Amino acid sequence: MSEAGATKKFLYINRKAPYGTIYAWESLEVVLIGAAFEQDVSLLFMDDGVYQLIKGMDTKGIGMKNFSATYSALGDYDVNKIYVDKDALAERGLTLEDLQHLVWEDENEDWAEKDSIRLVSRDEIAGLLEEQDVIFNF
Amino acid sequence: MLHIVNKSPFTTTSLESCLRVSKPGATILLIEDGVYGALDGSRVSDAVRAALADRTVCVLGVDAAARGVEGKVLDGIDVVDYDGFVDLVAANDGVQSWL
Repeated sequence: MSEAGATKKFLYINRKAPYGTIYAWESLEVVLIGAAFEQDVSLLFMDDGVYQLIKGMDTKGIGMKNFSATYSALGDYDVNKIYVDKDALAERGLTLEDLQHLVWEDENEDWAEKDSIRLVSRDEIAGLLEEQDVIFNF
Repeated sequence: MLHIVNKSPFTTTSLESCLRVSKPGATILLIEDGVYGALDGSRVSDAVRAALADRTVCVLGVDAAARGVEGKVLDGIDVVDYDGFVDLVAANDGVQSWL
């Protein structure tokens, strides 16, 4: 654990589809636990990980917990930098409109509601990786 | 023959291999993460659409619904429920699961 007052840049990379494996859910659990330590947290969804953010999931028929609503709570935990690989979306026939609308409230601007999702290119992702102190992979 | 694919076409070559070696008249059922192969507008949808010319392609509806993609399934793909899954297994002489 870092020393008191030291903030590190944490990046959680999500590359798996939800439900077929446990990775997506486990990542969410770790992100929420980590959020309690007030680090500078970013999430990156690339490859099949972009499927995690699709809206309108209904898991009743498969008998599994639908954890997709938890993504909309991330903003309340100051997790508001959610990067999505725009090329990964495009090659899967998806657009930003297919994803949940994730927002956070900026206390420095009278709690103005702002978008959490930022579509990024592969060049931008390369830069994002270089900036981090710690990277977690799911 | 019934071919079952349960992996995302972007993670493994299961769907690609299945499409390559399934015969005309065969049925291909997409389940679990395999349902992503049924979506329109993706990098693999042209290959799946081509298979529809001589093979039957089905998707397990509950798996598509769980993933929020039931409304994005390619035209021509049949959406089946668990009973339909059982019917497909009973109606076909063999089952090949592409793990």
